[in-house]
Amino acid sequence: MSTDFSWIRPEPHGIHIVPADCWVDPSRAVAKALVTHGHADHARGGHGQTVATPETLAIMKLRYATSDGATPVGYGETIKLPGGVDATYIPAGHVLGSAQILLEHAGERVIVTGDYKRRADPTCPPFEATPCDIFVTEATFGLPLFTHPPIEEEMAKLLDRLAAHPERCVLVGAYALGKAQRVIAELRGAGHHEPIYLHGALERMCRLYEEHGVGLGELRLVADHTKENMRGAIVMCPPSALNDRWSRRLPEPITAMASGWMRVRQRARQRNVELPLVISDHADWGELTRTIAEVDAYENWITHGREDALLRWCQLHQRRARALALVGYEDEDD
Amino acid sequence: MEEFAALVDALVYTRSRNEKLRLIAEYLRATPDPDRGWALAALSDGLDFPAVKSSAIRNLMKDRVDPVLWTLSRDFVGDTAETASLLWPAPDSEPDPPGVSEAVELLSAMTRKSVLTGLPNLLDRLDASGRYALLKLATGGMRIGVSSRLAKTAFAQAFEVSVDQVEEYWHGLEPPYGPLFAWAAHGQAPPDIENLPTFRPFMLAHPLEDTVVDLTDYAAEWKWDGIRVQLVRAGEETRVYSRSGDDISATFPELLDVLPFPAVLDGELLVRGSAQGGEEGGAASFNALQQRLGRKKVSKKMLAEFPAFVRLYDALLIEGEDVREQPWTARRSRLVSLMARLPESHFDISSVVQARDFDHLAEIRAGSREDAIEGLMLKRRDSPYIAGRRVGYWYKWKRDPLLVDCVLMYAQRGSGKRSSFFSDYTFGCWDGDPDTGADLLPVGKAYSGFTDEELKKLDRHVRQNTVNRFGPVRETDKSLVFEVAFDSVHESKRHKSGLAMRFPRIHRIRWDKPPHEADRIEALRALIRD
Repeated sequence: MSTDFSWIRPEPHGIHIVPADCWVDPSRAVAKALVTHGHADHARGGHGQTVATPETLAIMKLRYATSDGATPVGYGETIKLPGGVDATYIPAGHVLGSAQILLEHAGERVIVTGDYKRRADPTCPPFEATPCDIFVTEATFGLPLFTHPPIEEEMAKLLDRLAAHPERCVLVGAYALGKAQRVIAELRGAGHHEPIYLHGALERMCRLYEEHGVGLGELRLVADHTKENMRGAIVMCPPSALNDRWSRRLPEPITAMASGWMRVRQRARQRNVELPLVISDHADWGELTRTIAEVDAYENWITHGREDALLRWCQLHQRRARALALVGYEDEDD
Repeated sequence: MEEFAALVDALVYTRSRNEKLRLIAEYLRATPDPDRGWALAALSDGLDFPAVKSSAIRNLMKDRVDPVLWTLSRDFVGDTAETASLLWPAPDSEPDPPGVSEAVELLSAMTRKSVLTGLPNLLDRLDASGRYALLKLATGGMRIGVSSRLAKTAFAQAFEVSVDQVEEYWHGLEPPYGPLFAWAAHGQAPPDIENLPTFRPFMLAHPLEDTVVDLTDYAAEWKWDGIRVQLVRAGEETRVYSRSGDDISATFPELLDVLPFPAVLDGELLVRGSAQGGEEGGAASFNALQQRLGRKKVSKKMLAEFPAFVRLYDALLIEGEDVREQPWTARRSRLVSLMARLPESHFDISSVVQARDFDHLAEIRAGSREDAIEGLMLKRRDSPYIAGRRVGYWYKWKRDPLLVDCVLMYAQRGSGKRSSFFSDYTFGCWDGDPDTGADLLPVGKAYSGFTDEELKKLDRHVRQNTVNRFGPVRETDKSLVFEVAFDSVHESKRHKSGLAMRFPRIHRIRWDKPPHEADRIEALRALIRD
């Protein structure tokens, strides 16, 4: 019987659960993978068997067009893995279907969060802080300068700009999985019930969200409409399309981007963004540090992002921590 | 300050030049004196508060944020002022923003000691945008995509005056430019600069690239490797200005009593020697001139060892007469006839290069490296002297660069548009045979020569191949080869390799090339021509 956490090993290509011989969010194809959520750097295709929430499996099916060996696990459910390891899926509040995975073996508890945030999000259930011995956390926005403002402020900024230019449109670049749907849902919540126009690349994921009970109101495809139709409207696209020729079909678009990086002016300038919207599906500095304190684990493992700074914070607050050198996780356009 | 902060924010996020001009012009029209003058100075980099420097901000922040977290944050953002504006703890009190003039007054009065209490008081009166605008105004270098030229153009547009006139008066005035606003906005007489030794903007050249010109229309001169200067004498005083309009008179005292009549002359400042163009060329290498640059006081020994002189290119004003409208040929003959009245000890004239035709000139240029000359200048014979870089009049035709294969050793994050990307690269060559264990020694640094797409790939390479971290500097695993282009290489005591490159830039990224095939230090040393 392995103890002292020797049963769980961070390797360059993912976190290896040794007795079960399976991996959490591996960055290359393995026989058996536990996947926290559907973003491409966590959910790769080609695994022999994939264990994830039904929503995440649906997202992966949409993206990789295969569903071989899919094992669904609902929130709060526990699945028994070989070698005496239990895996429980707990909401992470990041995107639809996102989960923290609680791994238990020989009385030791390890939580792999994947990505998470603590803010309310109409498209997924909130993060649940759960006690554990090892807490594996991300650090995408792990610098004290990252404070995401209340989303209501950012929505007001967007709607004010829209109202000031009824002859133009506001083109919002947003990550295709999660961010785009959250922005749309928040706009609806803020009372914006006009049709929202979509870049073709966002359509299927929006439909998938709706099939899972997330109402997004009236959505229209840019391709089906004329410039005239879109005056005074909000148009959503993936960030890569913001400065693309594609946007020439739009009525004098005001370029906006919904991302936590927009907090830094020069980052917005790099993307030629005129209207930066500081909206992120990741925890900001306050959320990260608060969560580490709340979970109060014996040790914190920091996976990807600004790990140096979060490590320093842990050191200053007498918390054990180490940075994992995982490969393949990227700063997405979040 | 709120209006100024809103302007700064709007400018940060505006791409269109016309829209920027409109925003600034609107602000200048709507804002009272002297606030708008101070704002104009801030936008054109004309303010300086000796006690309020990045280092002062850094010190303030380190009392409020853990120093390690501060450094990591600053490194990520790439801008001290912005980092501080984001990390400044939100005050409990309601904002009570000062006006621009009040802020300038307070900042000017600060000493190195009082800044430690004065600046926090000011910052506590502002919101995040206000703090950003204030810190940018205080430390200079706004980096918001507004050049000093753009600010002046916006001023001209706001009050419907000519931007050339604005340029002409500009350097004779100081912030908040009262006389300039009195003239442009209130219709009063223009500022009087006739008897002031004022800088006039330089005429600049475009790279020739693939253009071919007819030598009946263009004259050729050598491109000397010194620093471009403007020598101005007016009202019994002589001043030396650098290309950016900085007054460098104190650095070159030997030039301050040798111009015997009022004039504005354009030329290359050089040190006596024979490196450039041999005995006939009469000028030492740039490396020699470098010994003289940046000094506020100059010793007798320096003056004797590295005597400076000006090789004249052009004349703008001669004894009160403005000759800028005249064609280059006319200005040139005026300059030639002036030479008799100028002491040979401190002046000569840049000679015209004689060539039969463009092909012949290309041959001459091909030999310029042999003569340690930077290349050629081509000037249209009928060109007036126009401030700035106007297409079709003057071209620079530099000699072809040298190339060497180097290995990426260290990377650092950039600032401004490259903030948070690893975009500053230090590279090295092998100090011997890499296959028998030789080390790499750094030979240079480059920040340019790659596309935005390549920058993303390079940034990823650095992040994934880091082997060591020294503060903001990442050491990489030395697995990537750069083909580096540079203009020349010189001995240097400052670098461990003993070499320093001029104008190095990344020419090609050799993803395919194994690092042990990169060049050795000896190959680079063999290219020295001093």
